[in-house]
Amino acid sequence: MSVQLWTWILVGITFALYFGIAIWARAGSTKEFYVAGGGVSPLANGMATAADWMSAASFISMAGIISFAGYDGSVYLMGWTGGYVLLALLLAPYLRKFGKFTVPDFIGDRYYSNTARTVAVICALIVSFTYVAGQMRGVGIVFSQFLQVEITTGVIIGMAVVLVFAFLGGMKGITYTQVAQYCVLIFAFMVPAIFISIQMTGNIIPQIGMGGRVEDGTFLLEKLDNLHTQLGFKEYTEGTKSTWDVFAITLALMAGTAGLPHVIVRFFTVPNVKDARKSAGLALLLIAILYTTAPAVSVFARTNLIETVSNQEYASLPEWFKNWENMGLIAWSDKNKDGKIQYVNGDATTGKPEFTEARGTNGERIITNTSTETNELYVDRDIMVLANPEIAQLPSWVIALVAAGGLAAALSTAAGLLLVISTSVSHDLIKKQLKPNISEKGELLAARLSILVAIIVAGLFGIYPPGFVAAVVALAFGLAAASFFPAIVLGIFDKRMNKQGAISGMIVGTLLMLFYMIRFKTGLIGVLEPLPASEWWFGTSPEGFGTFAMLVNVVISVTISRLTPAPPEDVQEIVERIRIPSGAGEAQSH
Amino acid sequence: MSKPEKSKAYWRENKKYLAILLSIWFVVSFGCGILFKDLLNRYSLGGFKLGFWFAQQGSIYVFVLLIFVYVLLMNRLDKKYGYNE
Repeated sequence: MSVQLWTWILVGITFALYFGIAIWARAGSTKEFYVAGGGVSPLANGMATAADWMSAASFISMAGIISFAGYDGSVYLMGWTGGYVLLALLLAPYLRKFGKFTVPDFIGDRYYSNTARTVAVICALIVSFTYVAGQMRGVGIVFSQFLQVEITTGVIIGMAVVLVFAFLGGMKGITYTQVAQYCVLIFAFMVPAIFISIQMTGNIIPQIGMGGRVEDGTFLLEKLDNLHTQLGFKEYTEGTKSTWDVFAITLALMAGTAGLPHVIVRFFTVPNVKDARKSAGLALLLIAILYTTAPAVSVFARTNLIETVSNQEYASLPEWFKNWENMGLIAWSDKNKDGKIQYVNGDATTGKPEFTEARGTNGERIITNTSTETNELYVDRDIMVLANPEIAQLPSWVIALVAAGGLAAALSTAAGLLLVISTSVSHDLIKKQLKPNISEKGELLAARLSILVAIIVAGLFGIYPPGFVAAVVALAFGLAAASFFPAIVLGIFDKRMNKQGAISGMIVGTLLMLFYMIRFKTGLIGVLEPLPASEWWFGTSPEGFGTFAMLVNVVISVTISRLTPAPPEDVQEIVERIRIPSGAGEAQSH
Repeated sequence: MSKPEKSKAYWRENKKYLAILLSIWFVVSFGCGILFKDLLNRYSLGGFKLGFWFAQQGSIYVFVLLIFVYVLLMNRLDKKYGYNE
């Protein structure tokens, strides 16, 4: 059977499963809609959190990025898992004890201020929208590459599916669909990884295979380091980023992870504090399965790629190379006219390759923007995971499985984010500020309507991606680190923290982060070109600047809070109450 | 113990656990995986350079363990102070 037929079958089966669950888990009350009734088991919540967290970026792009970045890619591995330690130890149990529906709820009540609530709502909306745009785009790309439909059609199908389970079931429907999506995505990620690990190193466990020996007896990583040195790349196991920058990016990603509203809100769904802690542990365990496999996949894919293409005749290359070239994700130009592929360090093109309709003497697509460097090959990082099974010549059902897994990853994350957006609007804005005496039924209707609007906006972002998407996804983490994370942690651990301190900290942290990002990513302020790395403050990249903005937030919050009056008695009592784990079920009902 | 004293003592022990666990969290990731990576890379673990292994594998395993140790410690602490449900 062909890859395409397999893909239709597997995508069809998984989608039918998601629909079935959505109809079974319809939500009847706002509590079911926002927090799945607060009665989700720790294991189910752990799986849902893992699916919620692992997005199209984790599934499709991460292994590819690491494959090209080598050691530098560690920032994502440590950053996106280490954040769960912060979440489990510093946030989840206390927010569960607090027992409301959303992050702005906590900020608004703890800092006894609607201004603080509004600032939190705005941050939650910015973070969630930037993130969800990338997911819808991911759905479109998977559809267009595996099922030969237009990206637009793919995005619309994706929107329809998310709409059904998010609109009907709210958090309840999303939670149980995410459990199914976790199973699909982890299976789809592990099967090819295990196949390739056996193929290359004879070891069934990719995490061990990565450190294993290849056929000729040398260690795989040693071989890859040697290949890199021969071709003029920096060794795979060494990095090119400065130690400080790696440090700053990792910390920003960790704090950002712990501060992302769609992850935090998952811990409101379990019955009590004890289950919130356990659930965080299970979530990280389930995430770690993918996150420890991904670097192995990167090493396998990198080695396979170099061995398959380096110094080979273009005419003798396998089918997949030409397929991806036809899609514009691989480009080759025969600079030294020998008909062979020279793949060495340096950029083959200036920016993304620009193709013409013409073909060269070897049958390759002609590109207009070749660079003066020796390197002749451009490979898009995003294709590594998708192309890996083909490069390793795995059976077609495995290739199709990867497509179904990519869709599961993108849809589950999109659903979680859309719920945060709708809750922010219907609960934090309408119920808490604009129309406090709205009926439960009215609030539920508002929640469903806002999810509808959010899906349409997200879909439009997916179809017409704004140029700034790539820049703003990194910004989402920096923003979460610079805004929510300090405000929540200080709200729990510093009883003296008051609204003046927290609000000024959040505002300064957020603005500083935005300023730095715009200044160094887009060049909208001051100069036309984005400023070069030599102009970075303290050698900190925009991705790592979240760490700096977060520290500024903390310093400002603490200083201002000590110069202004202490928070009122009843707020200090809230802090006392959330520090004690018992009585979470009862707290939730008032 | 009176009620406020009890909750203060509970909070103190909780903070002590957090300090210990977060120090380990910092040492395996920022220490072994980043700051002392080059030093550790002189040693190897199977086919891995040790610092590289901590950055791409080891730190993640330790993170998972840390959360489960925290769960066990806190469950015991809750029982000791009668806060378990």
